[in-house]
Amino acid sequence: MNGQAQQQWLVQAVRRLGNASVFLVQALAGMKCTFFHVGETLRQVYYIGVRSLIIIMMSGFFVGLVMTLQTYDTLSRFGAGDSVSTVLGLVLFKELGPVLTAILFAGRAGTAVAAEIGLMRATEQIDALDLMGIDALERIVQPRLLAGIIAVPVLTLVFNFMALLGGVTFAIGMMGVDPITFWGNLQNSVGLWEDFGAGMLKAVAFGVVASWLAVYFGWTAHPTSEGVAKATTHTVIATSISVLLLDFVLSALMM
Amino acid sequence: MKSSNQVEIAAGIFLMLGIAALIFLAVEATDSNGVKGGQTYQVNALFSNIGGLKRRAPVSMAGVTIGRVESIELDSETLEARVVMNIDARYDDLPSDTSASVLTSGILGDQYVGLEPGGAPEPLTDGDRILLTNSAVVLEQLIGKYIFNTEEEAE
Repeated sequence: MNGQAQQQWLVQAVRRLGNASVFLVQALAGMKCTFFHVGETLRQVYYIGVRSLIIIMMSGFFVGLVMTLQTYDTLSRFGAGDSVSTVLGLVLFKELGPVLTAILFAGRAGTAVAAEIGLMRATEQIDALDLMGIDALERIVQPRLLAGIIAVPVLTLVFNFMALLGGVTFAIGMMGVDPITFWGNLQNSVGLWEDFGAGMLKAVAFGVVASWLAVYFGWTAHPTSEGVAKATTHTVIATSISVLLLDFVLSALMM
Repeated sequence: MKSSNQVEIAAGIFLMLGIAALIFLAVEATDSNGVKGGQTYQVNALFSNIGGLKRRAPVSMAGVTIGRVESIELDSETLEARVVMNIDARYDDLPSDTSASVLTSGILGDQYVGLEPGGAPEPLTDGDRILLTNSAVVLEQLIGKYIFNTEEEAE
């Protein structure tokens, strides 16, 4: 009996993954580039990108600050305090920037998107659109998906910039590291394509995953208040796990 | 609810902010404006052992970085390491009998190629080979020699 239940669960999980993939392909295949779609995508960029700016900027600044503090403290025990910018740049651009941005994005914007679409489902707005012969996938899902894919890399850049600012504030402002050494070490050790570019590639991948999961869980939410609550929870859990897992796979591939 | 116009302007500013951050980070925080970007010429050298030298390691003369290691491979004829270096074109009057050695910055630091000028009148040009080379000092070999010497003395 237990074995059967497990089998059932596995089949369900595989079915859901397949369902989500078909959903993504459908949403992307129906891509249209009309005036309405560009405008709607831009509006969504505002709602999920611009409105995430505050949390991304604050988090970025303090992550950079505390990372520099800890690294500087450890490195200066070996007399290598000047290398702090090397560590900051590499860890930030390759790992922390894209990963933290994607997870913060899931918490700030992914939940909002999932709840919005889930509520449209619960209040039968999507059914109403269907009845009028309007493709809800194209009207509702596609602009949000695209806006997320655009917003996450941009937010990652802002996060990296703010974290670097935090690092500069602590290392140069408080600890008196020589600015020329700081920037020189950074420029010598961080490769434009193999480090910075690889990080941005990750950010794009995470943008696809984070916005895909948010719209998918919203779209498939049970049309009840409990269903909407579940959809937002699942969005955060699934995005965090997939981003961390994907991060490992991508890092291993790009090494 | 803000008007649709304001929303679109805010989204536009957001994207421009992203592009500005991209340009700033790419230019100020990566190696994009290093020696790689400028005019360079290539010289190569054969070393019997390069130790832990890596690609993109600095090439310096008198402590000033004047280039980077472009590639490292095993020369199939001599079975020595062939190190190709890009040197900044501003320094185009290095003597042709310049010698190269693999050195270490500090005790635990990274390895780099140090160039010592010779006295020949003609300069190194693109594609030339540096003939005088000193290999990296490998710690194990050094310790091996030391132990071997002390054993000999004891006998």
